[in-house]
Amino acid sequence: MPVVLNARGLSKRFGAVTAAHEVSAAIDKDSVVGLIGTNGAGKTTFINMITGYLKPDAGAITYEGRDITPLAPRQITRLGICRSFQIPQLYSSLSVHENMMIGLGIVLANAGHGGFLSRGDAPVPGYGEPAAQVAEHILARFGLAEYRDRNTQVLPGGVRKLLDIALTMVAKPRVLLLDEPTSGVSAQEKFGIMQMVLDAVRAEGATVLFVEHDMEVVSRFAQRVLAFYDGRVIADATPEVALADPEVRRHVVGRLRAAHA
Amino acid sequence: MRRDRTVAVIGTAFVALAAGGPWLPQWAMFIATVAFARGLVALGLVLLLRAGLISFGQALFYCLGAYTAGALGRFYGVSDIFIEMLVGGAVAALVAFIIGFLLARYRGIFFGLLSLALSMILYGLLVKTEALGSTDGFNIAPSTLFGVRPPPEWVRYSVLVSAAAVAAAAALIVHRYLQTPLGRLAPAIKDNEIRVEYMGASARKAVHVKYVIAGALAGVGGALAATAVGHIDPDMAYWTTSGEFIFITILAGTGSVVAPFVGALIYGSIHTLAYGLSPNTWQMSLGLALLVLIVFLPEGLWSLATRHARRT
Repeated sequence: MPVVLNARGLSKRFGAVTAAHEVSAAIDKDSVVGLIGTNGAGKTTFINMITGYLKPDAGAITYEGRDITPLAPRQITRLGICRSFQIPQLYSSLSVHENMMIGLGIVLANAGHGGFLSRGDAPVPGYGEPAAQVAEHILARFGLAEYRDRNTQVLPGGVRKLLDIALTMVAKPRVLLLDEPTSGVSAQEKFGIMQMVLDAVRAEGATVLFVEHDMEVVSRFAQRVLAFYDGRVIADATPEVALADPEVRRHVVGRLRAAHA
Repeated sequence: MRRDRTVAVIGTAFVALAAGGPWLPQWAMFIATVAFARGLVALGLVLLLRAGLISFGQALFYCLGAYTAGALGRFYGVSDIFIEMLVGGAVAALVAFIIGFLLARYRGIFFGLLSLALSMILYGLLVKTEALGSTDGFNIAPSTLFGVRPPPEWVRYSVLVSAAAVAAAAALIVHRYLQTPLGRLAPAIKDNEIRVEYMGASARKAVHVKYVIAGALAGVGGALAATAVGHIDPDMAYWTTSGEFIFITILAGTGSVVAPFVGALIYGSIHTLAYGLSPNTWQMSLGLALLVLIVFLPEGLWSLATRHARRT
């Protein structure tokens, strides 16, 4: 399978803390990759470097052969690499539907339909429908239709999480990075949410990287696992192999179990 | 969704003013004209405020527009009111574009105080410039309309209608802008700039655009005020002038592009009334008015209109 995203030798230090030490990973197109590791192991730093929020001190990231290391988050988003957040990042004064419309408006503007005379009813690139309809479809797909006109501040935690992920869908991501998509969600809901998200994303064909602490979720949905410890990747393999790895068991799985017990 | 009546309201108000204007007393025409000038500045502040930014220095552009209009008459013999407003707005927009590269990087109190500092620099420069009349400023010749000088008894009316036409056009343009995808970004920038970036838009660029539009509007307003009053001085750049514009914006609320003009008219009326009643303590009356407003109508007078609409 061709490599879509290639990180080579990424290093990042914050003072005395090494958040990433020569992290390398080649991500296959249309694969689903789970990122595991204890808090502070470097998972979110890895995501932040790929999406341009943090610039690595050393190393480079290529996306479909193109060096994206120096680009700003908005430029990387426009290339089709989108992310969700561990703590949902929503527009808190607006309704669920308005949140979607903001995102779709940006997509339209980036496609040259944001001019003074544009009415915003141009078809959204990749969807072929006006923004208002695309918003309804995405909301329906994520089971958010009933919350359409609710202000985002009054939504339950799981719904906020879903909306945060739904917002990444407006740009038709080619690579989607989900930072703890099921954190703060009850154990029973986790599988349902992951299934819903992956169905929505992969219907279009996209690569997914997700940070996850629940090893059951990881073994069920990931085709490949990157295990982080102390800013390094200590395992890069299928879930069966990675989760059985003695180092991973010692530094990741065991600690997470202990932390969650 | 409630039907948007903004265009109809603006059109009706303009026609009514143009038709009924000749019967207005001269002092009322003057108050209304100055209200249009201040309303233009407040309209720009509404744009910024919607994105969560408050400029304490909008008088910078107001004064630039006024001095541009004054300079046109004094040094180039141009006294056409539309040319004055056009060039005044253009000069202000250009300056806003340049300093926008700096200001668009800042938010909150830093944005506010930096804008205030810049306006006070202009004030300081004007006070020291003898050629422009220093602290006294200078007078501006009565304006002409497309090269025609209206008869004296019609000057106030012609300026009023010109002001109303420009204000209506500005309100319509801003109304349109607010409906474009980038115009609608304002509350998103206010709420969560990081998410805006991660959705592929530049918040800084959006703020820059709004700042230039607000600057241009203030420049047009300044040119209009200059020609309406017939005199300009450095106080137009002083921070208390910026404060008046903020007062009007808070008074009006950010709910509609019509609100700033209504707010400016009410402000002008309260100001005139308070000044007439007690020339030495008029600021106290204004202060009380703002106090009452913030306590009882925190979203501005415009919220009265929308509240009514929701009930019906």
